[in-house]
Order: sequence, then structure tokens, then C-alpha cells
Amino acid sequence: MAGVEIRHLSKRFGGLHAVDDVDLSIREGEFLVLLGPSGCGKTTLLRMIAGLEQPTTGQIHIGGERMDDAPPRARGIAMVFQSYALYPHRTVSRNISFPLEALGLPRAAIDEKVRWAAEMFGIGRYLDRYPRQLSGGERQRVALCRALVRDPKVFLLDEPLANLDAKLRNTARDELKRFQRRIKTTTVYVTHDQVEAMGLGDRIAVMDRGKVRQVGTPQEVYEEPVDTFVATFVGQPPMNLVELQSALLGFRPEHFLPRDHFAAGEPLQSFPFAVRRVEYLGSDRYVYGTVGDGAGDAATVIAKLPATVGKTIPEGETVEFAVPRRALHYFDGASGVRRP
Amino acid sequence: MTHRRRFADREDLLGIAMLTPALAYVLLLVGVPFVLAIVLSFSTATAGSLSFGWAGFANYRAILTDPIFRRALANTAIVTIGSQVLVVVLATAAAQVFRAAFHGKRTARFVLLLPWAVPVSLAAIAWTWIFDSTFSVINWTLKVAGLLHGWLYWLGEPALALVAIIIVQAWRIFPFATVIVLAGLASLPQDVMEAAIVDGAGFWRRLFYVELPLLLPVVAVAVLFGVVYTATDLGVVYILTGGGPANTTHVLPTLAFQRGIQGADLGQGAAIAVFLLPFLIVVAILMLRLARHSEVGSR
Repeated sequence: MAGVEIRHLSKRFGGLHAVDDVDLSIREGEFLVLLGPSGCGKTTLLRMIAGLEQPTTGQIHIGGERMDDAPPRARGIAMVFQSYALYPHRTVSRNISFPLEALGLPRAAIDEKVRWAAEMFGIGRYLDRYPRQLSGGERQRVALCRALVRDPKVFLLDEPLANLDAKLRNTARDELKRFQRRIKTTTVYVTHDQVEAMGLGDRIAVMDRGKVRQVGTPQEVYEEPVDTFVATFVGQPPMNLVELQSALLGFRPEHFLPRDHFAAGEPLQSFPFAVRRVEYLGSDRYVYGTVGDGAGDAATVIAKLPATVGKTIPEGETVEFAVPRRALHYFDGASGVRRP
Repeated sequence: MTHRRRFADREDLLGIAMLTPALAYVLLLVGVPFVLAIVLSFSTATAGSLSFGWAGFANYRAILTDPIFRRALANTAIVTIGSQVLVVVLATAAAQVFRAAFHGKRTARFVLLLPWAVPVSLAAIAWTWIFDSTFSVINWTLKVAGLLHGWLYWLGEPALALVAIIIVQAWRIFPFATVIVLAGLASLPQDVMEAAIVDGAGFWRRLFYVELPLLLPVVAVAVLFGVVYTATDLGVVYILTGGGPANTTHVLPTLAFQRGIQGADLGQGAAIAVFLLPFLIVVAILMLRLARHSEVGSR
């Protein structure tokens, strides 16, 4: 087991800074999620750790050893690709054994290891099948098995759940987390799905345009976003931002509730909320509308009302809504950086 | 405003109209000569007269007991298999080279394709100089390099002449095969190749355990084309050796030409030519099967 140290790492493709001077320290045994929109450089960063891309500048240390010049096979990493990248012409068992064959292990040792890994993921009875005969979830497990048998120091996972249907994704997420807790191998996980990031990560590194904006626990990232990018990228629906003099006022949709819902005496910030449309989603209602102080432009905001708030919200009317003062965030109007 | 369907709207008629020329072409220029060749192979027809007698299997019996024919049959197999083995190795290697990015790649690819564009007869004439008994470039080069101590009579010794024929046939087919393999390489899933890299496989392991198995259907297509081109080719052997020395390097097409046209024995010439047919049909079926069986991935 080992941690990963990334220092001043950059990757340029022509004039584009895909990864721009990233410093990141991944602790031993940690589950770190690289989260960001497509094109933010998270996959490029992962591929540089894997050794599939050569950094333009900067250093990568794995387990204390400098690795940015080492070939992928020498880095002690294993990778799971979004498409799983199974060898279509090999059976499941020959897929899992491939990295072991490359190591030149004796046949008996390979067979034993393959069986052990396959049992761990419950795919023992598919060993003689070909990838094309498996479902998406089964293929994903084969890919994990193939990564596991190498006894890697670091697992690199590139959106491994993206190709699963929504229902399966929840189970797979749970399995993945339990599996990682059990083997305690340092894991770097790339995703653009913030629900996955929040659910899986010990810590999340939020990336945008090649830079790491914030590294922190899911709670820190959600509750204390360092800037408006993190604030609006994490959370569904995103944080509302309302202009207030030179500053931006931010609040989460779930904190934006009808004023009479709050206990008397709680310090509140009130807004007249011009309701445009109400969306009924079963467990929640999303209320879309605008708030404005009458002077500036009206800002579009969303309120997320849990089913426990029974009040009827009439569309097309203005209702008094409020946010508790403790749930307010202030950001600089120009730079978007959080104000203390 | 008319509501009647025009000719262009009648897909049934339009289809027939558009298919007719192609069908006529195939029937008249491929089907008729093909049937004629089979009929001739059972006849006593000669080039000098219009007489047409039924010969039964006499022509086939005659050629089967003829040592020159047997030699030609064996040569056809040797040249075809030998050149295709060479082509597969060379094309795979060349495709690896052309996959890499380097300066002048476009030019190099253009030059690579040239042998395929050159008319067979012209190329073969150039090769007769390369293999010339006095001026052979190959011999002089080997001599200067100190690798050769006697002299090689390329087209004068039966075994060497066969080697020469194999080299020219391989040279002719190899560019086409390279292009096919290159296309196949480009269609391989990139992440599978990267998975193999991350899994610790070196170049040769990746080549033999991942790339080539995945390329098999594509290579099979290249070989199928190569086999058909080589086994039916008349020009290279005809110009290079003319079947000599002493009828030892004939292949079926040159022998058929010699017997049927130059020797005027149309019946026997046709029998020799038709002999290729079952051979090529089997090859085609085998190759197509292989391609289908090894088809992987999406299905």
C-alpha cells in the first residue's frame, strides 16, 4: 500500500492546459474521487498517474518513489476503464489471468489467484464465458477482478459505473465501497457524477479547467465550497446564487423554504419569491422562480421542498420565502471566491 | 398536378432497371466464359479448327498423369502459401511502423502503395533485371557485403526461381495487405490496448496475445484476397521465367496458357485452368468461416 504525491503536475495538448499545475496528496488507503465536468482534466490526471500520458512538467510519486518516468507496468497500479476494456477474444478466466501471465507466475498460482478473485466478486460461474456473453454489471466485476489480482499499490478507476443502468449503479456503488474498505488499497476514482463522488469518496478533489479547485471530505465540499464553481457543481439542484451589492449570496435549495415554515426567533434572510412553476417529484417538490430586490436583475432560483412541507405553492404568485442566516454563503462578486 | 406514380417512384421497376447492366456484365463477361471453360475442359476442341468433340474426362486424366502439370500444381500451392506467409509477416510489421507518427509518413505511405499501382507486367520486367544472371543487383550487393561467395542464378535454378517468384508475388500483394491491416489496427479499441499496457504486457505479448487475435478477421480477409490474386496470376511467372527452366516453375495459369493457347489444345488448357476452381472455393469458404468465427466484441 502506498500514497500518491502529485507535485506541480501539468499536461499541455498544443495550446490547451488539460492539467494545470496540480498539487495533490492522496493518503495511503484513501478513496479519493476526482470530480469535475467533462473536459476538466480529471481523466488526463488519472492517465498520467497510470503512465498512459506523459506529463509536460511536474512529478508523480507513488509509495514514496518517483514514478513519472516509469512505464505503467512498473508503477504498481491497476486501472479499470469506463468501457471495462476486457479482452473480447479471451474468456473471463483468461481475462483475469492476463496480468498474472505477464508477470510470469506459474500456472497453478495463477489459477488459484483467479479463483480467489472471482469468488470475491461472485463471478465464479462465469469463468469460461466470453465478455460478450456477460451483462454490463458482470463485465464491470470482471474488470475489477482483473485489476485486483495484480495486488496493486493503487487502484485507478475511470468512471467504472457510467455504463451501468441507474438501478444497478446504486448496488455497484455500495459493493465498490465495501470492497475498497475491505482491501484498503489506495484508490483514485474519476467521475462527473457528484452523487457517486459524495457517496464513495473519503475525500473529493473538485476539478475545473485543469485546476483542482477544492480538496475535502464530501461534507466540507458541500457545506463550505471555496468558490462559486464548487458551490454550483456539487449539489442537485445546484446552489442558488443571488447578487447582493458587490457580493454573491449563495444558499442551497433545501434551505430555501416558505417563511412561515421556520420557528419564530430564528435569524432569517427573507426573499419575495415569484413562483413560476412547481415540479412534483414524489419525495420532493422543486419550485422554480425568481427573487429580486426590485432594483437589479431578478435571479432565477430553485427551492427544494421535502414532502414534509405540506403548504400549497400557487404558480404565478409571489410567496414569502426565507433562508436561515447560518445557511448563507458569501462569495466575491468578481472572482467568485468564498468570503469569510 | 398529377397524382400518378412516376417511374422514379416505382421502386420495383427502378430496382430491376438499375440492376440489369450489372447483371448483364456479370453474366456475359464472367458467367459465359466460366461455363465455356468448363464445357471446353470436357471437349477435344483445338484452336485451329471449329470441330467440337466430347472427350469426357480424358483431358483431366491426361493432365493428372502429366508430371509437368503435377509440378505446376505443387508450384501454385508453394508460391501462394509462401508469398502469403511473407505478406502476413511483412504487412503486420509495416502496419506497426505506419501506426507510429513520424515525419514524411504520408510520402512513405504513398511510396508503399506504389507496387500495387504498377502494372504487373512492367513490374515483372523490372524484376527480371533484378534477378538477371549477369547484372543481378541482389548478387552484387551480397557480394560487396561479403555474404555471397559463389553466384546465384536466380531464374536459372528451379528452386531459386521459385523463391524469386514468391518474392515478386509477396512484393505485389504486400502493400494492399498493409493497408488492410492498418485499417484493422485503427479499428481496434484503444482502451483494450491501454488495458494491456497497464496489465504489464510488453510489446510482443501485446502483439501476439491481444493485437493479432483481434486482427485475425482482418488479416484473414487480406490473405483471402492475396490467395486469389496469387493463385490466378499469369503475368509474374510468364514474364519472369516463362515456366522455365525446363517447365519446372509453371503454375496452373501459365501452364493452361501454354497448353491451351500457345499449344492450341483448348480442351486440356481449359481443364488445367478449371482445376484451380475447387481449390479456390475451399480457400474462400475456410477464410470466410475463420473470419466469422473470430468475430468478437459487439456481438
